[in-house]
Amino acid sequence: MTADLMMAAAQGLLALFLAPGVVGLVRWLKARLQNRRGAPPWQPYRELRKLFQKEVVVSRHASWLFHLAPFVVFASTLAVAVIVPVLAVPLLVDRIGDLLVVVYLLLLGTFFLALAGLDPGSAFGGMGASREVTVAALAEPTLAVAIFALARSAGSTNLGEIAARTTADPLSAVSPGHLLAFAALFIVMLAETGRLPVDNPATHLELTMIHEAMVLEYSGRYLALIEWAAALKFLVFFILLGNLFVPWGLARALTLEAVMTAVGVFAVKVVVLAVAVAVLETRVAKLRLFRVPELLSASFVLALLAVTSSFLLR
Amino acid sequence: MLLFLKILKAGIVTEPLAPGEPDVIEVAREVETKARRLLGRAVAIREVDAGSCNGCEIEITGLTGPVYDSERFGIHFVASPRHADLLLVTGPVTRNMEIPLLKTYEATPDPKIVVAVGDCARTCGVFRGSYAVVGSVDAVIPVDVFVSGCPPEPTDILRGILTALDRLPKRKRRRDGT
Repeated sequence: MTADLMMAAAQGLLALFLAPGVVGLVRWLKARLQNRRGAPPWQPYRELRKLFQKEVVVSRHASWLFHLAPFVVFASTLAVAVIVPVLAVPLLVDRIGDLLVVVYLLLLGTFFLALAGLDPGSAFGGMGASREVTVAALAEPTLAVAIFALARSAGSTNLGEIAARTTADPLSAVSPGHLLAFAALFIVMLAETGRLPVDNPATHLELTMIHEAMVLEYSGRYLALIEWAAALKFLVFFILLGNLFVPWGLARALTLEAVMTAVGVFAVKVVVLAVAVAVLETRVAKLRLFRVPELLSASFVLALLAVTSSFLLR
Repeated sequence: MLLFLKILKAGIVTEPLAPGEPDVIEVAREVETKARRLLGRAVAIREVDAGSCNGCEIEITGLTGPVYDSERFGIHFVASPRHADLLLVTGPVTRNMEIPLLKTYEATPDPKIVVAVGDCARTCGVFRGSYAVVGSVDAVIPVDVFVSGCPPEPTDILRGILTALDRLPKRKRRRDGT
């Protein structure tokens, strides 16, 4: 029981402190793919340290909501990081929340970020908020349905249970339901975490921004919290992709050996996904905003087919 | 696939920072040690065009490219003064840009650094005495470092920024100075 809770806390902290490094790794890989030297992968840690020590400038039009939002965004993302299976399954904390809780906690952060974008009344904040909500409204059902396809074949919406079932039945990992759901979730990951082709994380042009436009008014430690939460959300999607669809390597018992293996396998999964994202971002151009719904509805169709096939091919 | 073959063949094209003319960079006032230590290896830049002819902007754009790659020093450009640590100001300050420049300075959270780029930012250049021009950048906001040149080379701009942060290798600078 105690070991169980400690493991849960440890994997939450691991995700929290690993997250900026993963974003830094993707940036470094992208720099190398652009034939640049680039900043080292640990650059985001330096930026966070700097931001936490800087002054906070707040618009005089901002209300209490503006001050509250960074904490809600950070706390909700951290809660998701504790619930999702990072290193070991099944843990007691799995019972806190299932896939629906994960989906809607992520959406809670998005919702507050959109409100905070609207709050100071700047034109770009409002524009960013409206775009973010458009993307979220299209991406969120896909996310829920894609994981539901897994839940259907596992017979439970509990994330730890889903991972455990897939390990027990290795053939199910290559079933059409799983493969389609993986593709759907990958597209949702790109949309929800503000990656190309939906949003450009390195953009400076206000007219093309989605995530950046909402946080333009934030500075200092508020910005640090939001950036950290965004990095953590990125890693949470990696965890969902890596540990729900390819659950091998997860520790089934809390022995030192099993946990060390789990850490190693987890690192490999994260690096593979980071390389995939970096290569994809080098290869594709940003989609015109009006074509983003087409991409997202395609991913929804994939998710729907995944659920259908999981019903048909039982 | 061809794209990645090309990337592989080109390799890394970033050039090491070349030592330049020493009198291009003028330190107007020393940046506090505290600010230097805080911003040392992570600097967010907001570029403010206070009325330049865009010659300096073209050179500044070169900073983010693969050859000069400012990101290897932890220097990147941001879209909002609230995210910025350093203002890169170009051009003579025109009457229309005086208030926006002041507002941008006020919107930047402390500690902050101002680097004025180009001859115009320092002396107003050919626009001196025009009815549309308020004056040089330091007539409106306090400037830490001036980079002269019309326009200055990307290397000089990069060296100007690094001088403000006191991050130029000491050995190299002494060699330039003599």
